[in-house]
Amino acid sequence: MNPLPPSLEAPPSKGRRRQALGGRGWSVAVFVLVGVVSLPVLAVAANLLVPAGDVWTHLASTVLSAYVANSIWLMLGVGCCVAIGGVGTAWLVTMCRFGGSRTLEWALLLPMAMPAYVVAYTYTGLLDYAGPVQSGLRALFGWRSAHDYWFPELRSLGGAVGVMSMVLYPYVYMLARAAFLEQSVCVLEASRTLGCRPWRAFLQVALPLARPAVAAGVALALMETLNDFGTVHYFAVDTFTTGIYRTWLGMGQPAAAAQLGAVLMMFVLALVLTERLSRGSRRFHHTTGRYRTLPRLPITGAMAAAALAFCLLPIVLGFAVPAAILAVWAVEGGAERALNGEFLSLAGNSVILAAVAGLVAVAVALLLVYALRLHPRPAVRSGVRLASLGYAIPGSVIAVGTLVPLTAVDRALAGFAQDRLGWSIGLLLTGSIAGLVYAYVVRFLAVAVNGVEASLGKVTPSMEAAARTLGEGGLGTLRRVHLPIIRGSLLSAGLLVFVDVMKELPATLIMRPFNFDTLATRTFTLASDERLADAGAPALAIVLAGLLPVVLLSRTIARSRPGGAQ
Amino acid sequence: MTDGLVLDSIGHDYDGVPVVKGVSLRIRPGELVCLLGPSGCGKTTTLRVAAGLEAPRLGRVILNGKVVSGDGIHLPPEERHVGFLFQDYALFPHLDVMANVAFGLSGKPRAEREQRARQMLAQVGMSGYVDAWPHQLSGGQQQRVALARALAPSPSLMLLDEPFSGLDKRLRDQVRDETLHVLKSTRVSTLMVTHDPEEAMFMADRIAVMRGGEIVQLAPPDELYNHPRDAFVASFFGEVNLMAGVVRGGAVATPLGRFAAPGLTEGIVAEVLARPEALTLTASAQGHATVLTARRLGRSSLVHLRLEMPEMAICHLHARLGGGAAPAEGERVEIAVDSSQVFVFPAAAD
Repeated sequence: MNPLPPSLEAPPSKGRRRQALGGRGWSVAVFVLVGVVSLPVLAVAANLLVPAGDVWTHLASTVLSAYVANSIWLMLGVGCCVAIGGVGTAWLVTMCRFGGSRTLEWALLLPMAMPAYVVAYTYTGLLDYAGPVQSGLRALFGWRSAHDYWFPELRSLGGAVGVMSMVLYPYVYMLARAAFLEQSVCVLEASRTLGCRPWRAFLQVALPLARPAVAAGVALALMETLNDFGTVHYFAVDTFTTGIYRTWLGMGQPAAAAQLGAVLMMFVLALVLTERLSRGSRRFHHTTGRYRTLPRLPITGAMAAAALAFCLLPIVLGFAVPAAILAVWAVEGGAERALNGEFLSLAGNSVILAAVAGLVAVAVALLLVYALRLHPRPAVRSGVRLASLGYAIPGSVIAVGTLVPLTAVDRALAGFAQDRLGWSIGLLLTGSIAGLVYAYVVRFLAVAVNGVEASLGKVTPSMEAAARTLGEGGLGTLRRVHLPIIRGSLLSAGLLVFVDVMKELPATLIMRPFNFDTLATRTFTLASDERLADAGAPALAIVLAGLLPVVLLSRTIARSRPGGAQ
Repeated sequence: MTDGLVLDSIGHDYDGVPVVKGVSLRIRPGELVCLLGPSGCGKTTTLRVAAGLEAPRLGRVILNGKVVSGDGIHLPPEERHVGFLFQDYALFPHLDVMANVAFGLSGKPRAEREQRARQMLAQVGMSGYVDAWPHQLSGGQQQRVALARALAPSPSLMLLDEPFSGLDKRLRDQVRDETLHVLKSTRVSTLMVTHDPEEAMFMADRIAVMRGGEIVQLAPPDELYNHPRDAFVASFFGEVNLMAGVVRGGAVATPLGRFAAPGLTEGIVAEVLARPEALTLTASAQGHATVLTARRLGRSSLVHLRLEMPEMAICHLHARLGGGAAPAEGERVEIAVDSSQVFVFPAAAD
C-alpha cells in the first residue's frame, strides 16, 4: 500500500544507535545475579555427578536408608495432618457461620509465628519425665517411676509429625481459604439448585475446585518439613538435615554432606514440581468473574461447638500453649537477667543480620523482577525462576552449597595475596557475616521476588508506557512511577525475609562466624544443653517477630476477595 | 522536510507470529487518521511501533522528517515527543490530577509546569479537579485528565488507543465530541486506533481499514462508505444484504435483479452486497416480497423481508426505511434498488 516516493529519504535522528528499549544491560545484570544466587544450588546438584567417596559409601551402607525412611514417614504424616487440618479449618471459617468464626479467620494463622523447633522445646519441657504433666500424674496416682505407667514418648517420629503439623497447617489453610473465597458463589449455588446438599457441594464441587491450592499448600508445608533441622535434631529422629549437619560439622566431610544434600534435593524437586503443576492450572479455576458475599451456612448447637473445637485445637496446641510456656520460662529465667546478659547482643545480631538480608534480598528481587518486566523473554523468565528456587531448598543444603564455592574463592584469594602480595589474609568470606547474608539471600530470595512481583502488578504496562511517552527513561520511570506505588509492598516483602531470617536455624548454625550467636542459634544450643527455661527469652523474641508477617497476611487475606466485604 | 508521521513498510511479529505486514501510512500535520479493524488485525501494534514502545522488525518510522525507527536506529519513546492516550487511561494512582498532568513537564520551573497543567485541565473542562485523585474520578473524567496529560508537553503527534472503549454509550458520544474538538483546536497530528466504524467515521479525516496485519483501504470516510474496495470493507462499514451469483455477460443475476460486474471474469462466483438503505418498498399485491416484521429503530425502521423470485432461492433481506410509516407485517411489497449502494466483488477464495 502507498509506497513512499523515493524522494522521501529522511536523515537518522541524532545518529544514535539503540537497542529496542535499552536491552543488553538488563539482561547481563539478570544473568550475573541469577548466576551468583543459583550457584549454591548448582554446586550441590553437581555432586550427583561426582563419583562417590569412601565416606559416602559408608553413609550409604549405614544410615542412608534410615534417613530416607524417616524423611518419607515424616512427610507422609505431616502431609496427611496438614491437609486435613488446613482444609477443614479453611472450609469451616469461610463457608460456615458460628460463634467466633470471624476471629478464627486470622487466629488460625497464629501458629505460623512459631518455629517448629520452639514448639518442640516447649512440649518437651511440658511433657517429659520431669515436666509438670508427668510430675502431676505421678503425684496424683502415687506412681514412683517411669516403670509404673505408660506415657507417650514425645521425642520420636510421631512427636515430630505432631509438632510440625501444628505449625505448618496454616500453609494449607491459607491457600485453601483463598481458593474457597475465589470460587464463584454461582458455582456453589448452581450445585445447590442441582440438588446438592451443603456437605455434598463441598465434597463434589468446592473441594475439587480447591484441589490445586490444597496440593500447593501441602507441597509448601512438606518443603518446610524437609527444611526442619531443630525439631528432628532435638527429637533424635535422623533425617537428611541432621545427617548433613553431622557429616559436615561432626565428621568434617563437606563432599559427603553435599552428596546427602543432592539426594535431599531430589525430594524437593518432586515437591516443587507438584507445587508448580498444581499452581499452573489454578488460573483455570475462576469459572466466572462474578462474586457476591459468600452466603455462609449458619450452624448452631452441638455442630457449632464441634466446629469451634476443631478450629481452636490447632490454635491452642500450635500457639497458645507453647507461647504460654515460653512466657513462663522467660519470667522464671528472670527477665532482667536476660536483659542484662547476652540477650540484647543476641537480639542485635539477629536484627542486624535479618535487616541486611532483607534489604539485599528486596534489592536483588526488584532488579530481577523489573528486568523481567522490561524484557519478558523466556531466558530472563527462567533465570528469575531459577534464582527463586532457593526457597524450596533446605537451609542446610544451601549452607553446604554456599560454603563449597565460597571456600574455593577464599583459597584462590588467599593464594593470590600470599603469592603476589606476600600478605596472609586467611579466609575472607567463609565463616563471615557476608557469607551468611549470601546464604540467606539465596534461601529467601523467592519471598522477596513474590512480594515484588505482586506489587509490580499494580503498575499496569500502560502506566509504564505512559511514563515513557511522557519523556521518562527506564530508571526514571522506576523512580517516579514504580517505587512510589510499590513502596509499601517492598517493605512487606523485606519484612517477610527479615522474619524468615530471624527464625532460620540450620544455615545459621553451619555458616555463622566463630563465637557468633543469634537468637535462633542460642535457643538451639540452650535447648540442646537441656537448659530449656533459659531458652524462653530468645525463643519468645523470635515468636514475637514472627507475629509481624501473620498480621500482614491476615490483612491481605481480608482484602483478597474481589467485591467481598472488607 | 516532511512534517507529521510516516510509517514506511512496517513489519512486526511477536515470537515469530507476524502481526503487522508492510504497513505504510502518512499522517499530515494536523490530520487525524484512524486505524480501524477487528481485534487482532495489528492496529494496536502499529500504534505502539509509532510510539516507540515496540521496535519494528522491518520498515521505518519517520517523525517530523527524522528516522526514529529503522535503519538500525530505535529512538526510545521518551525521546520521541509523542502523546499516547491509553485504553485504560493509565493515570498514576499515587499522583493527584495536577501531578499527573505535570508529569511530562519535568525540566521546567515549577510555576511554569503548574500553569501549563492548569491550562490543559481547563481545555478539557477539568479545572475543578486539580487536587482530586484518579480513583475519585469517573471514567469520563479520567479520560479527560489522561488527554490533558498526553497533550501537556505539546507533542507533535498524538496516539490514541481505543480511547473511548471504557465508557458507556451516552458518555462516549459526549467525550468523543469533546476530544475531537480539543485535538482539532491544538492542531496536533493524530493516529487513533478503534474497532468501531462509526467512531472512526466520526473522528477521522482518513481511515485506514486493517485486516490480518495489512491496510486494506486508506481513504476518507465518505469514500470508504460509498466506494469500498472489497466485501470486507463494505460489510465493516454497515450491515449489508449478501447474495451470490455467477458472472454471465458482465453482470450477476440475483433475486434483487441484475447488477453489472465490471472487470470480473466471466463465469466466476461473485458476491453482491446491497446496503439496507438501498432498498425502497412499495406496497403491491403482486409483489414478490413479504414483510416478516418491521421495527422502528429511532429515526429509521428496519424491515425484514422474505423475497421469493421464480427460479431463485428464497432469500431474507433487510431494508432500512427513513421517516414515514413502515409496511405492516404480512404485507406484500415490491422492492426497488438504488444500484449506487450495491457492490459486486469476486467471492472470497476462502
